[in-house]
Amino acid sequence: MAFQLRYLWRALDFLIKAVVLIVFVFPFLWMISTSLQTLEETLNFPPTWIPAVPQWINFVEAMTAGPFLTYFKNSVIITVTIIVIQWAVMVPAAYAFAKYSFAGNKLFFSLVLLAFMIPGQVTFIPVYLMLADWGILNTLWPQIIPFMSNAFGIFLLRQFFMQIPQELIESAKLDNANEFKIIWKIMIPMSIPALATITLFSFVSHWNDYFWPLVMTDSTAVRPLTIGIAKLRETEGISNWHIIMAGNVVLVLPILVVYAFASKQIVKAFVYSGIK
Amino acid sequence: MGKKTFWEIIRPYVMIFPAMLGIFVFVIYPVFYLIRLSLYKYNLLNKAKSTFVGLSNYKQIFTREDFYVALTNTIVYTVGVVLITMLLSVIIALWLNKKGFFNGLVQAGIFTPHIISIVSIALVWMWLMEPSYGLLNFVLKSVGLPPSKWLQSSSTAMMSVMIVSIWHSVGYYSLIVLAALQSIPPSIYEAAALDNASKFKTFYKITLPLISPQLFFILIIMTIGSFKVFDTVRIMTGGGPNNATTTLVYYIYKFRTTNIGYASATGVVLMIIVAILTFVYFKVLSKRIHYQ
Repeated sequence: MAFQLRYLWRALDFLIKAVVLIVFVFPFLWMISTSLQTLEETLNFPPTWIPAVPQWINFVEAMTAGPFLTYFKNSVIITVTIIVIQWAVMVPAAYAFAKYSFAGNKLFFSLVLLAFMIPGQVTFIPVYLMLADWGILNTLWPQIIPFMSNAFGIFLLRQFFMQIPQELIESAKLDNANEFKIIWKIMIPMSIPALATITLFSFVSHWNDYFWPLVMTDSTAVRPLTIGIAKLRETEGISNWHIIMAGNVVLVLPILVVYAFASKQIVKAFVYSGIK
Repeated sequence: MGKKTFWEIIRPYVMIFPAMLGIFVFVIYPVFYLIRLSLYKYNLLNKAKSTFVGLSNYKQIFTREDFYVALTNTIVYTVGVVLITMLLSVIIALWLNKKGFFNGLVQAGIFTPHIISIVSIALVWMWLMEPSYGLLNFVLKSVGLPPSKWLQSSSTAMMSVMIVSIWHSVGYYSLIVLAALQSIPPSIYEAAALDNASKFKTFYKITLPLISPQLFFILIIMTIGSFKVFDTVRIMTGGGPNNATTTLVYYIYKFRTTNIGYASATGVVLMIIVAILTFVYFKVLSKRIHYQ
């Protein structure tokens, strides 16, 4: 009896987990299925689960509904440039905060933490006016330079650098290594996990960003993919869900493919940044 | 230690300079600029015509009904999303707290929405929640429940937006709680088992205090994050129907071109709310949290 009960409990446990999994994964499968259906199929009742003939033409239609090549190029340039600039700014700052004692160390570091607390949703109006004064609104820079200092990155990297033993640095100095060499040959290689986490975080948040490009851009020439896809709803009318979902697949697929191959590392990186 | 050379003295400042420049120019200066803007009736076309109006924008905020609607909506959203997500996260984490292939699969599955753009998620859920052809109403009808108008009725729109937000973030927070659970040394549980402590008592007396730093972290991050909610609202409802889902940031966004002074004053209010929340949490909870 006890044995049977345990067996039943196991089956129930499995079943609930399967349902939970479906709740989280199904919307993505549904998106893919819809993106390959005809308009008639999307309006069927009961719904069409699998399209009779995959409508690849939906993707062509979605991608020709706007300048998607430009959107895609902008997304790539913005994301990559942000990551490169953040590295160049973050590494020396984190090193100085971690390894030097200087007047104002604590003060400046608390300003970094303060910056971490103040969201772009509060500062976007003045930043917009400022960048308008600089005359760079119709370039990609308004979507790049405001993110040059990654406060979270500086914080995480500083913690990491502090754990690297001072003896290692001292012995490198005895070998006549200068600071640049110490950072390049010791600090960076030993902080790869932290740097990977920060980079991944930056990539995901800027590739997916919607708010900032929405409030900073006035012309299609500088808009990223997220804005382009969201705009499909206006240009395609409200009932063309198969076209909208096709566009959506284009936005999501690169990230889903990367995730399918490296989900363990990605989850670890995100969770690590959450508990530190 | 010999005497420091001039270069050694200024070196740290040189190294933090780019980072501090970014923070000053794009965070700290804009905060002061925002406060200044909030005291003006700003003329976007001709800056010289902007006039100083003192606290009049703030007076306007507190007498306008639509501001209170936006504030109430934001509070309802925040409390709902934070409480439900935290509760679900703890339940899911406790339940997945065993190694195994299937548990790993469920973990990867529930985390997926977190790395996907909110634009995509909003669009997929709009399609699922479509009143006539959407899948959710099909499911409701097939189990004999009445269909809902979801985003298109002012009585259910906020709930629908909240469902999407919870779905988006619960996986991430579950995994943080899970990581916290797994960092508890098993010897503690063995000691509790020796004392014949009940499962509930073990959870309440041992597990909960030990994971409280992470729960505290989640509470802060989520509350502040929820107060900034914008993307889902902008894409899914446009603040409607009938302002039912207009949140604070969406409210600021609406006025950002037509009335910059007023939008800035509302921005200052948002900033103060976020600051107070952070401060109160640190004060109240620092006494009750077990730090390792």
